[in-house]
Amino acid sequence: MSALWITVVAVALAGVVIKATGPVLLGSKELPSWASSVIAVLAPALLAALVVTGTFGEDGRLVLDARAAGIAVAAIALWLRAPVLLAVALAALTTAVVRSLG
Amino acid sequence: MNPEANTAGNQDTRRKDEQRRAGGDEYLAGARAAMPFALATVVLGVSFGVLARSLDWGVLAPIVFSVIAFSGSAQFAVAAVLSTGGGVFTAVVAAVLILARFLPMGVAIAPSLKGGRFRRAMEGQALLDASWTMANCGGGRFDRKFLIGATTPQYVAWVSGTIVGVLAGNLLGNNLERLGLDAIFPAFFLTLLVNELRADNRAVAVASLAAMLAIILIPFTSPGIPVIAAAAAALLGLWGRSS
Repeated sequence: MSALWITVVAVALAGVVIKATGPVLLGSKELPSWASSVIAVLAPALLAALVVTGTFGEDGRLVLDARAAGIAVAAIALWLRAPVLLAVALAALTTAVVRSLG
Repeated sequence: MNPEANTAGNQDTRRKDEQRRAGGDEYLAGARAAMPFALATVVLGVSFGVLARSLDWGVLAPIVFSVIAFSGSAQFAVAAVLSTGGGVFTAVVAAVLILARFLPMGVAIAPSLKGGRFRRAMEGQALLDASWTMANCGGGRFDRKFLIGATTPQYVAWVSGTIVGVLAGNLLGNNLERLGLDAIFPAFFLTLLVNELRADNRAVAVASLAAMLAIILIPFTSPGIPVIAAAAAALLGLWGRSS
């Protein structure tokens, strides 16, 4: 149990430090324009990677399972302008159904 | 800023949001825009609570974890590492890699924050994927009040969801995957990604490259690394910029 608590506290501390670092170190200085250009597309890069690793990653292995079907359905729903909650619900539903069939 | 690009009939709401924002109600505008994400976060929190219970973490640890760490991706990563036999060090490193994305986000938002070191450190804690994305005004400016307003309901949602999941975990047992709840996390990030893709043409190229990098790296690196390395795809932003 204490290994768990050490991890919990360490991760929480790391999170606090990481989120504070940029604001504290940079002060209110403006970023150079090249840095702004990169940061402008940082979100799509990070989010795309998070989607991919969450869909196809499993303990450090590349895996194709029911989650892919769920994400595909969510993608279609979002493309058809479905609300956030519906898309997420459809992802879970599809994954559960595909998993129960396979 | 297009906080509600995903809901139908959003022209009116967007205009109202802009008026409200001009009138100084940015906190409320942020909270309103964050509502759908907050609801999804409740479900995410429940699934984390259920997962933690199924791993015999007890009742207190998962709740405290959510309260002091407030990061679904990091917390799920820790659960993944510890449950597959990884040690404390591996779990912390994985979490740090996943949290590292808040470093550039913090750097990006720094000029938009106010006050001395301590206050800026505190305000930086409001950094969250959805909040940061929606608070982005373009041109390097972020709406600080919108960010804080957007993060608050998501925090409440995350902690509440965790509490419910932990307490109800007994009932759901090991049904996390049977209910398809493991797809909720990537689906959540997908909704944020779609918003980004609609806002910027370059975003599609960058996102595609990042996705490919991540897929290639998954089998060869430990969890967390593909996300950080794929962030390098953002360097594509150096091309075609208007300075």
